[in-house]
Amino acid sequence: MSPAKKVMQEGLWTNNPIFVQVLGICSTLAVTNNLRNTLIMVVGVTFATAMGSLTLSALKDFIPRKVRMIVQVLVLSFYVIIVDILLRAYLPAASKQLGPYVGLIITNCILMGRAEAFAAANKPWLSFVDGIANGLGYGWVLVVLAIIREFLGFGSLFGLKILGDGFTPWTIMVMAPSAFFLVALALWAANTYKAKLGGKK
Amino acid sequence: MIDAPNVGLVSLFFASILTSNILLANFLGMCSFISISKDFKSSMGLGLAVTMVIGICSAVCWAVLYFIIKPLGIEYLSFIIFIIVIAAVVQMLEMIIDRFSPSLYMALGIFLPLITVNCAVLGVILFMQIRSYNFLQAVVFGFGSGAGWWLAIMLLAAIRTKLDANNAVPAGLKGTGITLITIGFMAMAFIGFSGMIAVQ
Repeated sequence: MSPAKKVMQEGLWTNNPIFVQVLGICSTLAVTNNLRNTLIMVVGVTFATAMGSLTLSALKDFIPRKVRMIVQVLVLSFYVIIVDILLRAYLPAASKQLGPYVGLIITNCILMGRAEAFAAANKPWLSFVDGIANGLGYGWVLVVLAIIREFLGFGSLFGLKILGDGFTPWTIMVMAPSAFFLVALALWAANTYKAKLGGKK
Repeated sequence: MIDAPNVGLVSLFFASILTSNILLANFLGMCSFISISKDFKSSMGLGLAVTMVIGICSAVCWAVLYFIIKPLGIEYLSFIIFIIVIAAVVQMLEMIIDRFSPSLYMALGIFLPLITVNCAVLGVILFMQIRSYNFLQAVVFGFGSGAGWWLAIMLLAAIRTKLDANNAVPAGLKGTGITLITIGFMAMAFIGFSGMIAVQ
């Protein structure tokens, strides 16, 4: 398997940022009660992770070890600012709804985690692929959660009503606790599956 | 200059602890919350440190926002500036703790610098900016949110001590899974406060 393909597989599944590394939980919980905002968030995070990893990997030989953390944060916030400005210009309504969570991509552990764990030791191109893979690995989990939460919580997807008036929305699904429960259930399923695979080997 | 919302300071303080708890309602500061809450003593120390960092950063960033960023019209740089302010405050706090309480410094270890990337800190500051609080409100909101985070991590650490003593948790759910479910129940309990006071 080519290295890029392997990195892709790791980000999406075997080393998934949410299930395996348990990173970036904050935004996973906060934005997933609405599918549209979730997609915007996923694109933002993927872009920032990929570009951040690319830049930091290209610069890694020029950054003194002592100030590495702060340089990483500055580079990453640079890309988040780009995301924020683009959102404000083209999707002002969504930008308002997401509120502080766009700025909070900076402190999303996935970005720092990949910069530190992967980009610091690998070539720029591969780091870029790794960033994309982790962004998408984070993304598909979020999208699944958002589909469940929006469907059961509002009876809609992308804001379009799907279930008729006879459906009673599960208000709990749009509130905070359900996010915790769903992520926990997803983790449980992933762990059990992994244990099963391990047992077979 | 600022169009501050009309909220009393006392109700803002209690609201930020209970009804809009930074962790249970806004999901901020999860990473260190989950990993540190294993241990009661470090939870205490980290809670204290986070409360101080959020409170101080909220005040400093308010001043930076209204005396530097707004007059210069460089709002687009505000994320970077806030992060730098947070990093500086954390660095200072680290030196102070190291000087006055080496045991606490040892206990917090790696997690102190990580407060810089604790989303609760940046989150509080961004909420403060979006809701255009005045200075006193910003300080009260900062310390209140910190105290709310502290309360939540202490509660969770206490529950986890009991949970670990009991081996009834299914294997796949151990660790993060059961912790998230516990936090979910805590969030539900905190929703019970929501009739009391609301500031959004």
